Amino acid sequence: MPEIRNYTLNFGPQHPSAHGVLRLVLELDGEIIERADPHIGLLHRGTEKLAEYKPYNQSIGYMDRLDYVSMMCNEHGYVRAIEKLLGITIPERAQYIRTLFDEITRILNHLMWLGAHGLDIGAMSIFLYCFREREDLLDCYEAVSGARLHATYYRPGGVYRDLPDQMPQYQGSSKWHSAKTIAQRNGARQGSLLDFIDDFAYRFPKYVDEYETLLTDNRIWKQRTVGIGVVSPERALQLGFTGPMLRGSGIEWDLRKKQPYAAYSQVDFDIPVGVNGDCYDRYLVRMEEMRQSNRIVKQCVAWLRKNPGSVMVGDNKVAPPQRAAVKSDMESLIHHFKLFSEGYCPPCGEVYAAVEAPKGEFGCYIISDGANKPYRLKVRAPGFPHLAALNEMSKGHMLADVVAIIGTLDIVFGEIDR
Amino acid sequence: MTTSSFTRHSKLAAAIHEHFITLDCALHTEFSELTLTVPNHHLLEVAQILRDLPCFHFEQLIDLCGVDYAALGQSEWETEVASNTGFGRSVDRDSAFNVADSNRFAVVYHLLSLTQNQRLRVRVYADNDDPIVDSIVPIWKSADWFEREAFDLYGILFQGHPDLRRILTDYGFIGHPFRKDFPLSGQVEMRYDPEQSRVVYQPVSIEPRVLVPRVIREDSRYVKGLTNA
Repeated sequence: MPEIRNYTLNFGPQHPSAHGVLRLVLELDGEIIERADPHIGLLHRGTEKLAEYKPYNQSIGYMDRLDYVSMMCNEHGYVRAIEKLLGITIPERAQYIRTLFDEITRILNHLMWLGAHGLDIGAMSIFLYCFREREDLLDCYEAVSGARLHATYYRPGGVYRDLPDQMPQYQGSSKWHSAKTIAQRNGARQGSLLDFIDDFAYRFPKYVDEYETLLTDNRIWKQRTVGIGVVSPERALQLGFTGPMLRGSGIEWDLRKKQPYAAYSQVDFDIPVGVNGDCYDRYLVRMEEMRQSNRIVKQCVAWLRKNPGSVMVGDNKVAPPQRAAVKSDMESLIHHFKLFSEGYCPPCGEVYAAVEAPKGEFGCYIISDGANKPYRLKVRAPGFPHLAALNEMSKGHMLADVVAIIGTLDIVFGEIDR
Repeated sequence: MTTSSFTRHSKLAAAIHEHFITLDCALHTEFSELTLTVPNHHLLEVAQILRDLPCFHFEQLIDLCGVDYAALGQSEWETEVASNTGFGRSVDRDSAFNVADSNRFAVVYHLLSLTQNQRLRVRVYADNDDPIVDSIVPIWKSADWFEREAFDLYGILFQGHPDLRRILTDYGFIGHPFRKDFPLSGQVEMRYDPEQSRVVYQPVSIEPRVLVPRVIREDSRYVKGLTNA
């Protein structure tokens, strides 16, 4: 009798469908997964430790780099924790701007997920479609913050600045783009940012329809996702799932509805839930979430058009004074200097604040001992427990299904490794 | 806070008082969040009740993290004592860590109840000499990786954990990097050695430095009992 042993396969960290830097040690019986052991930490940068050595405001930029495809939602979790600690309420317009950009971020994240997940399991064109739409949304990021990805737009007390009245335009013509194409591209950019977002929100449902014609009834897509990685509602709770992973298993739980923050109690939207808890249901949930996000975006744009106002609290201990005032007013100059050097000292205590990030519950736990730096910052990344469940989800599946399961987890290593 | 969530809050507080008063647990409310401090040896018992009893029903463990309290309340700048000659602007870097404290470490659990729409924070202290806490993996499976992380970063041991390995740091890493006595710049650095033609580790060549000193100011706006003027 020859000795039969399980085959151990090293998957990643340089595998295109490992979504970054996942090293997976797979124990295979033939082509069946016996055990999957993810090795993480290859992108560990010690964000939480770094934050302990910096004044509160200087860590906002690190939050963008956690889940680097849903930047502003991470910032939101962090600034909300600080605001809770300081006990400040932000202006209503800032609440709406945050709601608007959280939803833009959700669409951005889901588009990235859809494209990458599609690519992983054999659908090429969807990736190109998704990135076409992401481009427009990243332009919105750029218009408000100057950066396409790492925005640092949310600040404790509101947002960095009000929405701009002009959109950046494409300029000149080259041998690749004729003057006519440039003019065409600038067509939607003639008005303000809100006009541009409105135009996008008008076009977007048709794009989602396009994606759905490519995938929803596609035989290959269904063969790759239906019945793969099934998680029962009980297990989903046990495993600490949140967001679309939890809703895909049929549990109607969304912090935007259940523990509303920003302006979510003022807008109208639905929570999609799955039935079977497999990869296909989670796909359907995320597709519907994009449509719902689009609904919220439209409502926010309508509100923001009608209600101009301040986007930052007036307290100069937390918010910087006006630039012009710094030039002429001694007190403003001092405030400006103190805020950007020492920062502010929140009261002693501990807070936990969470937001419904596109991937699930993103929470920040801050312990303050009254200093200008957090004593301890813990980032609760939604992807962390999701990836921890990979072993359970992939047991008994084929090797190729692991790729589908990694895709459906929607993992980003920036937030898992921190 | 709305009235409904306020009443739910006080209901939860009352239920906790009722069930855990005999177990030496302490409850306090801060920023409208409830924190329950549980003695180490009662952790599993309390966790089981919190998960299973219908009045609590915390079916999810949202987060688990370690905390090192060795440097709590230390600042690098004196802000109180200013003399006639002004006060020193130099940064006090040699603050001694309070490592011998029997409550040096803590494990903090964040629980979420979907049915009650409630959150609760549970804290367990562990001492410096042998920081051992019972593993709650049998109660909440999601604790598995979170406990590995707390072990990796703080060196807190979880008794009964099925597979307590390092998770975030490098293979063969020495020390627990999130402890307050572990420098931010680390202990070792890595470079490629052309002679040995492999990657080697050596002690770090950079000095830790302070860009913005850590300052604790008693801000009168936040003094307890005073409302914002």
